[in-house]
Amino acid sequence: MQTFPFSARDLDRFREVQQLAYRCAEQVAAWIEPGVTERQATAKLRRCLVAEGVQDFFHIPFAWFGDRTAFRHFHTPLQFFAGGRVLREGMPYVLDCAPVVDGYTADIGYGGKVGANPIWDRLALDLQIYRELILREVRARKPLNEVYAAVDAQIAAHGYDNRHQVYPGRVIGHQVTRTVSRGPAGVNVLGFGVRTLQTLGRELISERLHGRSPLWADGRSSAHAPTPGLWAVEPHIGFREVGIKFEELLVVTEDDAYWLDDDLPHVRRWTLEAAA
Amino acid sequence: MTTDATDATGSTDAHATRRRTVHSAGVALAVFEQGDPQAPTLLLVHGYPDTHRVWDDVAADLAADHHVVRYDVRGAGESGVPARREEYRLELLAADLLAVADTVSPDRPVHVVAHDWGSLQSWEAVTEPGAERRIASYTTMSGPCLDHMGFWIRHRLRRPTPRHLRQLLVQGAHSWYITAFHLPFLAPATWRFGLARAWPRVLNDLEAVTPRPDHPQLTLRQDAIRGIELYRANMRPRLRHPRERPTEIPVQLVTLTRDRYVSGFLSEGLERWVPRLTRRELNATHWSALLEKGAVVAGMVREFTGRIESGESGESGEAGEEGEEGEHLRNGGSLVVVTGGGSGIGRATALAFAEQGSRVVVCDLDLAAAQRTAELASLLGPVATAYQVDVSDGPAVDAFALTVAAAHGVPDVLVNNAGIGHSGTFLQTTEKEWQRVLDVNLWGVIHGCRAFGTLMAERGEGGHIVNLASAAAYLPSKMLAAYATSKAAVLMLSDCLRAELAPTGIGVSAICPGIVNTNITRTSTFSGLSAAEQAAKQARASKLYARRGFPPEKVAAEIVRAVRTRKPVVPVTFEAKAARLIGRISPGLLRLAARLDLG
Repeated sequence: MQTFPFSARDLDRFREVQQLAYRCAEQVAAWIEPGVTERQATAKLRRCLVAEGVQDFFHIPFAWFGDRTAFRHFHTPLQFFAGGRVLREGMPYVLDCAPVVDGYTADIGYGGKVGANPIWDRLALDLQIYRELILREVRARKPLNEVYAAVDAQIAAHGYDNRHQVYPGRVIGHQVTRTVSRGPAGVNVLGFGVRTLQTLGRELISERLHGRSPLWADGRSSAHAPTPGLWAVEPHIGFREVGIKFEELLVVTEDDAYWLDDDLPHVRRWTLEAAA
Repeated sequence: MTTDATDATGSTDAHATRRRTVHSAGVALAVFEQGDPQAPTLLLVHGYPDTHRVWDDVAADLAADHHVVRYDVRGAGESGVPARREEYRLELLAADLLAVADTVSPDRPVHVVAHDWGSLQSWEAVTEPGAERRIASYTTMSGPCLDHMGFWIRHRLRRPTPRHLRQLLVQGAHSWYITAFHLPFLAPATWRFGLARAWPRVLNDLEAVTPRPDHPQLTLRQDAIRGIELYRANMRPRLRHPRERPTEIPVQLVTLTRDRYVSGFLSEGLERWVPRLTRRELNATHWSALLEKGAVVAGMVREFTGRIESGESGESGEAGEEGEEGEHLRNGGSLVVVTGGGSGIGRATALAFAEQGSRVVVCDLDLAAAQRTAELASLLGPVATAYQVDVSDGPAVDAFALTVAAAHGVPDVLVNNAGIGHSGTFLQTTEKEWQRVLDVNLWGVIHGCRAFGTLMAERGEGGHIVNLASAAAYLPSKMLAAYATSKAAVLMLSDCLRAELAPTGIGVSAICPGIVNTNITRTSTFSGLSAAEQAAKQARASKLYARRGFPPEKVAAEIVRAVRTRKPVVPVTFEAKAARLIGRISPGLLRLAARLDLG
């Protein structure tokens, strides 16, 4: 079995990058207001990240507004890219970015809303159940496709729909490693950094040889116990025109698992709501 | 506009009628008031060829707790007669309505209730910008807005689908008299030489209205002849050049299910213009609604205006009024009961109705799941409620129906959705399994139809029952002996019940979904298999159904549409439609296919 590849220091660096990413997302969330377009939001997010010292992106920043948060009417992958959709009062939005600093990668998702949206409130509250469920199942070292099925069953019980299945490969998560490649930083192909694609390509091949996949989906390729390492996990649920997700790093060791960081906006929000 | 002094023809008795005259745009309008002037004002507007007398029953009922105002529209009854055709234009008729409203209730907006041509005029007033300051609500029967109607026709001409063409043809056939009214001499002559005299008989024979001594009014002949100008002055210009006329005023649309002149589908898509629309149905003809079922109409008006009045009185500030009123109004949609609403098609159906503004009651064996559905439905529409009911238990369903009637009222729509899947050949299926499948799938529907159908029929306001059958109802398979039998019975039950309930205005639809991705496969049972084999079969079936990927939301949309269009049998998926077609072309082929060893 593969051993856990990161030192405590590595984990600290990963945690810092993830904090940085969420900090930038919160900055954009504080700035965002009705009238802003998706493109303006991603540009702002990118500026924030670069100002914080980000050198490359695992994938370019994304922003989805309104029913695009639930990926409604998505037919081609090109529709993931930020477009001209204008934010209106009451709309939900999702920001997704993946900065790389010194090869340490974070990949985060941040859901928000402007004005009142009771459906979003309900989804945001229920999202907590998925964070706990995934951790519980991974700790039990269930095969990843079974964890995926458990998440699906929970989504069905809630009466929502699974929106991560719209991502390429239907993935609920993917492995994150320290990128060490030499390709040009800051250059992307179809939204993914060149270095990402190099690393991912290498991972896909080497993991395949071990009967595993760096991508976490519901198919047979994920029918293996959680690989030790770091996983960016992104359950994305939707109800009607509203979608919400979180995305954060899950640390999987040889015999345990835990979320890399619990001091994140959505976790703080749940703590506040539980206290209220 | 000026008014003459009130000329009371009775004492202070609430039912005494007080008459006054209001002058509007050169015509003296005869206005009749009943009830306490301090109570909320209802303004009743009559149609063609009636006078205010057509409202006698409705007004008498409502005068007990409302200030009821009626008037004869220009050219009819005791009101003045315009000299020229242009003076019958809708702008002036709407101005008349507002003039009467201003006179009888200068400080408070009025609730308008209208029928037939009165409804067309009232639409004109209601869709006037700023009308919400004078009109609090609008209840309309048998009279569309001509502008909306113009867009309705345009839309159908631009998208001539078979359904649209049929609607155009049907409505066209029902509107023959409008064309006739445009012909010179003929229409007035018909009224003059016979039709006026024969009118009570026409109403009796065609409209199911029993003759009564004071009806029709003595002025019928001249009213009818003058009223022809209403058609001539307004129909062509408005239908040819419709204007965009939305309104924020809450509107209650009462569709008369046996109306010969105005088809129900004319109101399709009305939400585009009227976001705050409440739809009601009444099993009545064009005139029997007012002349035979006055008390029922009065009840609908009382409930609707009461809700809006209470919404207003609950508010102190002016600014919050709109929102609060809107909330109350949305609560006023139809009441829908869905059995087996905890998951799958039942849940999707409950949510789809909630989204339309219906109040939803769901029941399920799994109370937590039903509560979850109610919670989601409450996010989309009015507050929904959940109950735990085993539909196979007759007394329990009866009790449930009584509970619902007491707590929420008699439902307008019942969806008998609860059902279970079972696979097994006839010889494999045990007696116990047979009983379980029939208890839930067939007896559940029987209990639901009996308990709620009785309540709906007694209420007499029509309604709709939806029974979830299956494509298996007409698609035999040796592997589905019990299941297909139960569903075939539901299909036939629906056909029989539809015939029985037709006179009461209650529609019945049987839905045949086909392969839909729900949890029915995860809970289906299989005859003659061990628990482990059964689980494997369930997983396999689930996978197959998931791969087919037909979402329950699409079935729910078909159910909502079936209720609106009263479609009797609705095959939903492609395979359900194909099987139905093949079963008609070549039943032998289906019989042969039934031998296949599926699952």
